[in-house]
Amino acid sequence: MSLNFILKRLIIFIFIIAIASSVNFFIPKVVSDVDPVSIRMMEIANQGGVYDESMQAVAAEYFKQFGLDQPLWKQYLRHLVDTFTFDLGVSFTYYPSSVLGMIMDALPWTFGLLIVSTLFSFLIGGVLGALLGWPYAPRSMRFTVPPLFIFSAIPYYMLGLLLIYIFAYIFKIFPTGGGYTIGEVFNFGFSRMINIMYHAILPGISIVIAELGIRSLVTRGMILSLYGEDYIKLAEAKGLPANRVFIWYGLRNTLLPQFTILALHLGHVASGALLVEIIFGYPGLGALLRDSVTAFDYPVIYGIVFVLILGIAMATLVLDFIYPKIDPRISYED
Amino acid sequence: MKIKKYIYKYPILFAGIMVLVTPLLFSAIGMIIIDTSTAEPLSVQSRSAPSLDLPFGSDLHGRNLFAAIVKGIPMTLYVGFLAGSIGLGIGVVLGFLTGYIGGRFDTIIRIVTDSLMTIPSIAVMVVLAISIEENITLNQMALVISSLSWMGPTRVIRAQVLTLKERPFIEVCRLSGMNTFEIIFQEILPNMLPFLAASFTGAVTGSILASVGLEAIGLGPMSEPTMGMTLYWAITFSALIAGMWWWWLPPIIIIVIIFCGLYLIAAGLDKIANPRLEGPQA
Repeated sequence: MSLNFILKRLIIFIFIIAIASSVNFFIPKVVSDVDPVSIRMMEIANQGGVYDESMQAVAAEYFKQFGLDQPLWKQYLRHLVDTFTFDLGVSFTYYPSSVLGMIMDALPWTFGLLIVSTLFSFLIGGVLGALLGWPYAPRSMRFTVPPLFIFSAIPYYMLGLLLIYIFAYIFKIFPTGGGYTIGEVFNFGFSRMINIMYHAILPGISIVIAELGIRSLVTRGMILSLYGEDYIKLAEAKGLPANRVFIWYGLRNTLLPQFTILALHLGHVASGALLVEIIFGYPGLGALLRDSVTAFDYPVIYGIVFVLILGIAMATLVLDFIYPKIDPRISYED
Repeated sequence: MKIKKYIYKYPILFAGIMVLVTPLLFSAIGMIIIDTSTAEPLSVQSRSAPSLDLPFGSDLHGRNLFAAIVKGIPMTLYVGFLAGSIGLGIGVVLGFLTGYIGGRFDTIIRIVTDSLMTIPSIAVMVVLAISIEENITLNQMALVISSLSWMGPTRVIRAQVLTLKERPFIEVCRLSGMNTFEIIFQEILPNMLPFLAASFTGAVTGSILASVGLEAIGLGPMSEPTMGMTLYWAITFSALIAGMWWWWLPPIIIIVIIFCGLYLIAAGLDKIANPRLEGPQA
């Protein structure tokens, strides 16, 4: 890995973080001119029991507290410092709980769901797609192609709705939503883990199936092009069993490009997972985002947006750096 | 007769167009036979299951869901196509500029595109959408979505321009005294039409996906019965657990049909753009 590459990659990373922290600051200022303080004042006034004169004083105090009387660049600097020290402010709705705390409560749910389902779709999609492109696969395999096309065309959360209806409403096998059974007392341990996993199955499946389509179609394409390569022809000419050629010469070589695709699609996958969480009422970032949008809880929304972009950027950075370690052919030397 | 020849030559593309047109036809026929003003709340008996009078039933607030679907299909497609066109427009301009000018400008645009592509677009769109004070309109939503849908087309078009401009026939054009504009509009653009169409399809697909996603979070046009908004109301008022399948199933089916149509069109265009793509040989 050349120094040049690391530098270039870090510049992109910093650029993304800069976007992440500026988006929350500039977009609301550019798009709408209304200041949040007067909105807040209006909300308070709506609740009744306030005097006009004291309102003015409260508004002035708000302006001073949040530094809104300062010039724009000072506000921006302050915003940057706050963001980079992870001081994301406090929630409007659940005042005074901190935004960071709320996000940290929700993050493990999203993270767990995303990692497990990505792993599954990675494995199943990879093998299935490779089989589909393999010339010696049973002919019956071909019939799975059209459903896969449809799955890759359906947005995740729609599949989630169908799954809830079939498995939770009609057959009542799985819970309709939530991350665990509410109101049940757990001793921290095995039964709680089972309960959490049980609730994660449907949302997980809906992500896996939707991902499966894209992943297997991509792998299929890769295998198709691999089977024109000389080394595969050589392996076949040597008389190696077809299975062995497939697994060690074909499948093995499709695994690496999948990492690149994973890195490129991470943002897309995360967006989809948020929506799945909303459908299932899963207590992760998605549900938190929806609740905050409904309640106009701006600090929480901005916090989620920042954490989301930061997380994806970090994951992409890590993937890019471990890539040359797992694929010796790539050295990033220009 | 010429059309028939094209259908035989590109069956997938044609099938895709047919699939995509189906919901539009459905909506057009629906608009003739039904009064779409019943798509508003409190216009029919609420919570009724599908019947002859109300083919798709009605929701909790007394919307005639058939009217809502009929009215919503063109809206959903409109947002997708508008956002997709804006995205493709920006992509064409930036793609040609970076492909042709190159140098530092190219590097900067490439870094910007690459970094924006890894950002979960829903995050930025949420911030944009909540910043719009009043109820967001269809056009505003298309604008919000297109702000993050131009990176894909930019990349594809840039790559195409880079390969095309080194081809011998472009060289011949240059030597014969055509200026850059003539080369771009008379030689390169016509050769890129399949690619442009393919990336337009991609942009439209992404935009519809994004619009339905935004609407499902609750950031859509509250008073318009787009597919995503109908779904949003169905989810918000737990139509699933209430067993009102006629509330959430039709929008899903329509969206799936639209996506399948777009997918087939993209696959068909891909065959035209890269004729070497084929299935397993054995």
